[in-house]
Amino acid sequence: MTTTRTENAGLAAGSPAPSPRRLRGGKDSDGGRRKLLGIGGGLAAVVLLALLPLLNLSLPGILPGPTYTPGSLQLLAMCLLMAAAALSYHMLLGVAGLLSFGHALYFGAGVYGLAVILSNLQIPLLPAMGLTLLVVVILAHVVGSISLRVGGIPFAMVTLAFAQAGSVMVRRNPGGTTGGEEGLALDTANLPDFLVGVANTRNLYWLALAALVLVFAAVSWIQYSRAGHVAAAVRENELRVRVLGLQPYLAKLLVFVAGALMAGLVGMVYLLLQSGAVPRAVSSDFTITLLVMVVLGGVGSRWGAVAGGIFYTLLDQRLTALANSEAVAGLPDVLRIPLSEPLFILGTLFILVVLFLPGGITGGIRGAARRFARPRGGQPGRTATAATARQIPEEQA
Amino acid sequence: MSTVILLAATGLGLGALYFLVASGLSLIYGLMGVLNFAHGSFLTLGAFAGWEVARRTGADSWWTFLLSILIGAAVGALFAAFTEFVLIRRLYQRHIEQVLITVGLALATVALFEGIWGTDPVFIQGPAWFKDTTELLGARIPNDRFVCIIAAVLVLLAMVLFLKRTRYGMIIRAGVENRSMVTALGIDVRKAFTLVFTIGGAAAGLGGVLASHYFGYVSPLLGGSLLIFAFIVTVIGGLGSLTGAAVASVAVALLQQFANFYFGLGDLAVVLALALVLLFRPAGLLGRKS
Repeated sequence: MTTTRTENAGLAAGSPAPSPRRLRGGKDSDGGRRKLLGIGGGLAAVVLLALLPLLNLSLPGILPGPTYTPGSLQLLAMCLLMAAAALSYHMLLGVAGLLSFGHALYFGAGVYGLAVILSNLQIPLLPAMGLTLLVVVILAHVVGSISLRVGGIPFAMVTLAFAQAGSVMVRRNPGGTTGGEEGLALDTANLPDFLVGVANTRNLYWLALAALVLVFAAVSWIQYSRAGHVAAAVRENELRVRVLGLQPYLAKLLVFVAGALMAGLVGMVYLLLQSGAVPRAVSSDFTITLLVMVVLGGVGSRWGAVAGGIFYTLLDQRLTALANSEAVAGLPDVLRIPLSEPLFILGTLFILVVLFLPGGITGGIRGAARRFARPRGGQPGRTATAATARQIPEEQA
Repeated sequence: MSTVILLAATGLGLGALYFLVASGLSLIYGLMGVLNFAHGSFLTLGAFAGWEVARRTGADSWWTFLLSILIGAAVGALFAAFTEFVLIRRLYQRHIEQVLITVGLALATVALFEGIWGTDPVFIQGPAWFKDTTELLGARIPNDRFVCIIAAVLVLLAMVLFLKRTRYGMIIRAGVENRSMVTALGIDVRKAFTLVFTIGGAAAGLGGVLASHYFGYVSPLLGGSLLIFAFIVTVIGGLGSLTGAAVASVAVALLQQFANFYFGLGDLAVVLALALVLLFRPAGLLGRKS
């Protein structure tokens, strides 16, 4: 519970009452301006990202080539998808405060569900996607309703166990449907032509961008709906919510299923982008990857989840390149072994962020910005709660 | 009949390994509320330490085996104590951050083990007697199963004696029951934290050496694969209950072995059992009502 408190206490402390006014951008002129700035900045970023495949930009050291080449677009699309997946995990950890270790189950259900349906049923892409989402929703309801009977750490263990069962099933290859350890190649027979082939990577890139925008909009909508406020209140104090006559279980289940649905959606686009399903998509390692992204970006912040997803994906790619580079191969063992394991560096970085930078990337930037804006510490006598409550307008951006 | 006996003995051997992991997890969770994802790494490091000892001393004698068990347990205990002292202690009472730290540690250490010992399983040699079988009621049972079972029973007895008969054991039991009261009585409960981590790490390191003989190999992923079932065991047995962990490890391992042999669905049967326990007894078989 406390992870989210530092970052997010404002959400619950500034009870639902003032938030509708802020959402309409009313009296709180500071908040309104920030919100407009945020929306404008977000729109500009989306337009820029949408134009990238048409531009010839080079970012040496980050992208393998100019932005219009398929290799770069593949990596960028992967960044956007991981950002969207991290956002779906943010629904659980950031909004409802649920530490789930089984989120990969729904991502994997999207990946494998669509792959299995496309290769076994002769139906077009859109109905197949609808059918897959239906499967994901049912699965999330069943698992969610059982595992939400416990809270906190036991919830983490139970979701882990269910995801592990899913992972084991996929690896066992029941009836030859999932392809076992080798995975399952995407059956392109019923796909529209503009999504098939390396030459069409930019269409897949736009699809990934659309998925990210859609997931971001959905997360914002649910997070600031009444149900989202109830879920956030449950995160802070479940007993109080219960005393108020509200039902924590239903709010948590709603957030759980919504997060699972988004993960399933992202999983389907991931399948199209990777043109194949691999067991790693269902493994607990993948859930942990999402968790690392959200924490690196900053728990409780939507932009944090997006930034964490992009940062992690790029860093992982760069570190793998570093591990295979000549410079590392020439080092003595003491340095070579740690540097040639990207996960060792990422894991260590993760521990350092948890220990020393509890707000992650966004928390760090925000703290720096605040110090920069008010070198003398602002008005005296402001309590900690008031200080954190001020973050809400920024977060809504 | 002999098949049933063989399955039961194999299941008990596996249950012994589960218990060695789950007992530490359960005690740590009961006292500190920390879900320790790095517990698998304690086990893996113990297993590799045991393997290094066996490799360096060369002979596959009983002395080597005993030494590797001791070294494995000691390495696990040291690693666990280090984890508690350096990483967990800084985040006192912040449970989710503590879990995150152990997750990060598990990620980093598994990657490091892969870097040092390679990703492929390393095959291991024990005393020649391990390869033989003993005939029991018509079933030929591999001898290493007995070693695992005896070791786990000894660990269980030692833990129970320690918890019931010593002053520190009493503090740990009291802390599991009501930590704030223990603190209010002026007892430094943080010493008990380090102690519980050390004991859990020693059991996991010992379990690692035994697991490497049970499965016949060591790999960096050995701990992680056992850890998930140990989590299930602790939830089914009731978090914080040592007896619950013992009962549940045997039950889970037997269920897994039999379901695997007759239906090929061992892992799914275990998860199904977990779901049933949660539906009807959310606190676990021997857990306290919360």
